[in-house]
Amino acid sequence: MGLIQIGKKHEKDGDIGVITLSLEKAANWARKGSLWPMTFGLACCAIEMIAAVSSRYDVDRYGAGVFRGSPRQSDLMIVAGTVCRRMAPVIRKIYDQMPEPKYVISMGSCATSGNIYDSYSVVQGVDRFVPVDIYVPGCPPTPEALFDGILKLQDQIMQKRVFTKQPEQVRPRDKAIG
Amino acid sequence: MHPLAETIQARFPDGFLTAQEWRGDLAVTVKREALHAIGRFLKDDPSMDCDYIVHVSSVDWPDEEERFEVVYEVYSIRHRHRIRVKTRVPEHDCFVDSLTDIWPGAEFMEREVFDMMGIRFNNHPDLRRILMPDDFPEGYPLRKDFPLQGKGWRDTFDFLNEGTAS
Repeated sequence: MGLIQIGKKHEKDGDIGVITLSLEKAANWARKGSLWPMTFGLACCAIEMIAAVSSRYDVDRYGAGVFRGSPRQSDLMIVAGTVCRRMAPVIRKIYDQMPEPKYVISMGSCATSGNIYDSYSVVQGVDRFVPVDIYVPGCPPTPEALFDGILKLQDQIMQKRVFTKQPEQVRPRDKAIG
Repeated sequence: MHPLAETIQARFPDGFLTAQEWRGDLAVTVKREALHAIGRFLKDDPSMDCDYIVHVSSVDWPDEEERFEVVYEVYSIRHRHRIRVKTRVPEHDCFVDSLTDIWPGAEFMEREVFDMMGIRFNNHPDLRRILMPDDFPEGYPLRKDFPLQGKGWRDTFDFLNEGTAS
């Protein structure tokens, strides 16, 4: 499905099942179809994330169902829940351990902005120390909302450049911290 | 007065201050000097036999002279009675005798009281912070004069400058 949409039939060889497309699109298509998320449930949002993985909602339909327990085997970190300041170094270390290409979804209001927890111990948004690709709003977000975030991330992956240099402004947070 | 409170008062006439009862819950306020002896009595006396420590907590009354209140709640599994023992501590002399030697389960809960409120426990085997990191720079977060949003710790990420950036 995806290949036919993003490529086009060759004018001469159209009938023999050959399509041509840029290598970059093929690589992006492969990447977006096999996101390996890492379980990072920190609070109640994790319950919705678990529901999204289970059979009723089944995130595997979008190719993002192989949840791993190790950052070295995953390329998508779903930060689901309230981020306490004491957890922050752990999250950053795990993010650093993930191999490129890697993506981060901030799931729920707490991970995005701290939500109502405007207190001494809660980080006001995980994007203060980790670059975030997609923010999923909700308290907690439904599994459908998380799917929407994953689909948006897949759209974003299709826009990325694999073999040419990435524009500087794609991940401003990486530059901003320090 | 509650019969358990009467027993405590008869046994410790100097250390006993007041007893309150509210909907079947007994709370006894005692002098801090008598706390350890009363704890020992509650644990060892057969008529008390409070073998289970439910929780240790603390209250901050910022306008009162003896500012802090340490609250122990103990329960007897055999007799099924519950006693809450309170004692007051002034801010300039923030010490209570630890009850860890009587109820080992009090160890972590006393550490939490120390961590959050800054009350120190004499003879505690391992009095370190338990929730906040050991080098938490801002004091004691549950005190009433502690700012709700902290003093900037939640927004400083010193670990970002260490090691390899992504």
